[in-house]
Amino acid sequence: MASVDIDHVRPAACPACVMVPSAERIAAMVPPANARLMLSLPSAHCAACISTVEGAMAAYPGVQSARVNLTLKRVSVDAAADVTAAELVDALAAVGFEAHELDPGLLSSTETDRQGRELLMRLGVAFFAMMNIMLLSVAVWSGAEAATRDMFHWISAMIAIPTVIFVGQPFFRSAWASLRVGRLGMDVPISLALILATSISLYETMHSGEKTYFDAAVMLSFFLLLGRYLDHRSRALARSAAEELAALEVPRAIMLVDGVEVLRPIAEVARGDLVLVRPGGRMPVDGEVTAGSSEVDRGLLTGESLPVFAGPGTLVSAGEVNLTGPLTLRVTAAGRESSLHRMADLVAVAESAKTRYTTLAERAARLYSPLVHILSFSAFGFWMWKTGGDLRYAINISAAVLIITCPCALGLAVPAVVTAASGKLFRKGVLIKNGTALERLAEVNTVVFDKTGTLTMGAPEPDNLANIPEAALAVAVALARGSSHPLAQALARLGVAAVDVTDLREVPGYGIEGRLDGATVRLGRAAWVGAAPVAMTATYLRVGDATQAFTFTDQLRPGAEVAIAALKAQGKAIRLVSGDTEAAVAAMARRLGIADWVSGALPAEKVALVRQLSDQGRRVLMVGDGLNDTAALAAAHVSISPAQALDAARVASDIVLLGRDMAAIGDAARIAKQATRRMIENFAISAGYNVIAVPLALMGQATPLAAALAMSLSSITVSLNALRLR
Amino acid sequence: MQILTILIPASLLLGGAGLAAFIWAMRTRQFEDPQGDASRILTKQWDDKPGSD
Repeated sequence: MASVDIDHVRPAACPACVMVPSAERIAAMVPPANARLMLSLPSAHCAACISTVEGAMAAYPGVQSARVNLTLKRVSVDAAADVTAAELVDALAAVGFEAHELDPGLLSSTETDRQGRELLMRLGVAFFAMMNIMLLSVAVWSGAEAATRDMFHWISAMIAIPTVIFVGQPFFRSAWASLRVGRLGMDVPISLALILATSISLYETMHSGEKTYFDAAVMLSFFLLLGRYLDHRSRALARSAAEELAALEVPRAIMLVDGVEVLRPIAEVARGDLVLVRPGGRMPVDGEVTAGSSEVDRGLLTGESLPVFAGPGTLVSAGEVNLTGPLTLRVTAAGRESSLHRMADLVAVAESAKTRYTTLAERAARLYSPLVHILSFSAFGFWMWKTGGDLRYAINISAAVLIITCPCALGLAVPAVVTAASGKLFRKGVLIKNGTALERLAEVNTVVFDKTGTLTMGAPEPDNLANIPEAALAVAVALARGSSHPLAQALARLGVAAVDVTDLREVPGYGIEGRLDGATVRLGRAAWVGAAPVAMTATYLRVGDATQAFTFTDQLRPGAEVAIAALKAQGKAIRLVSGDTEAAVAAMARRLGIADWVSGALPAEKVALVRQLSDQGRRVLMVGDGLNDTAALAAAHVSISPAQALDAARVASDIVLLGRDMAAIGDAARIAKQATRRMIENFAISAGYNVIAVPLALMGQATPLAAALAMSLSSITVSLNALRLR
Repeated sequence: MQILTILIPASLLLGGAGLAAFIWAMRTRQFEDPQGDASRILTKQWDDKPGSD
């Protein structure tokens, strides 16, 4: 089979780089030598999807091979150097698949995959050893005697000792690490149980003893590794898509050096330099416009849906999009000082201020570790006193106690549920990025939504076409085709037959004009066209003396109504907070039935609102996409952002929506609640088994058979309980 | 009980063969995309030759 070879993909420069989304990081990255492109495919789910995607990619000129990985929902394409990811995304859109570019340079999967493979290898070895030893143990339990029993014990020892040494390494390592810093982690009693059980069994074998715990030691490591592996896999899956979606920030800037355009990495741009930003480009730096006029879309930074005019003297910030005309900027702040970076700093502050969340598993471990040690040591002391110093018997009992209490079910309780839940959510297009996100999501009682780009697609659509004469519309469409302005694009997409307008000329920052039957026609700003402005997002048309306003509303994200209805049904309070104008926010709130809304909110005000709600004891879920939401996302109890959101916002949030559809938020909240309930049930189940088994062990009545039964039964019950999730 | 001298090595050998097969499958990365592989057997396209890489 053609395997996906990812070894040669460059890992991130340093682990910390992955944490900080910055233009510099991308600029510093060297593009991979061979053109291997990675695309995320959130909607792929079936055999037909694989053949459609691979067929479409193979048919694309310049593509040598393509392979879909359905588990990770991505496709890797080997292609000639001149094929860009954007072209492939378009080609996939043409066959009905939503795709996003992934940055192969950021794919840290080489490292994590190696870890996963290592765990899986140990798991396989443990499974082999467990099955073989169990066969021999069954013979002993059913009454093998004397020499036969000794032989079986010796064979078990020969399998078990190398297995425990190889398979137990992850536990030994982390136990050693926690002991060195003076903590008693969950892995300390585990390692102690493994080592004690193996060595005592070896001693018993050498002295022809009756009881050995080789089977228990190996079974213990198998179940624990299973928990570890599930945990690792759900983490790796989350990381692979969320953090590797290609960044939106510009890695390079076009600098004007003595009037000549030079492409420079962002890191080399300094204050006072001149930078050119073409229409459609994103501002790489903060600066003041020195030449040119245009309109800029500040949506991602402020949440405003309406483009703003920019001419000489206007201050622009990094991250804004230049829409219509080329702009020359004098840099006022670049790199670390730019507003983009200050925003990132705000996030860092918010995240460090966030009190560390204690998960259910951590709380259980905190209770469990000391208890196990106390039990085991007091059992040792008691039997030493009772038997008058029979060391062998006392150690045997304390080993039995350690093995029986060992957290097989405890180690599986959370990972099994998280795997079941995140797998379920992943299929719905929801990616859990953070291990504790599910538990936190379950506690949420207030949901704060951002508007532009979150509840809406950030793409305007005309809403008063019914009132517009056909002739005027035909002229407007003809003019609109000459511009890349979002409002013009929305008109051009309508599919209305256009009239023949000649001499099309775009006046950057104002609009577009042309000639129709010898007269000038214009489409653009109210003042330029000479129309009376209306209080909505609009563009204006002049034909002769008549003017016509085209008003627009932002397209609602599919599933937004469903999601809000579902969240309301679950009894959560809903709020809308946007940086947009009052009229636009009020209209959206009415449409979605949200009573509580705030307009014109600055990024700091959004954070303040989230903080204020938290101080009132509310658990806030923040849903947002823009840079202006980033700090609020970090400050909230748990946060969700769509895949189309800015890099920084996605990094700051705990959960990412992979598809366009928002309806999954309602499901996510419901499943999270269920998952937490299953986790608690699982803890109860494993505690229940211990309540029965531990007294037996303390009394010295625990046979190896009882230990094996308790361990496997509790682990299986816990896993089955996790699968009840729906 | 003489039969044990054959049965025990046989069981260990079979188990070992299973383990070797598992290690081989791991090394050749056959666990990278379990869902995709499950779906791929349903498609009508197949290659006649084993993969070259």
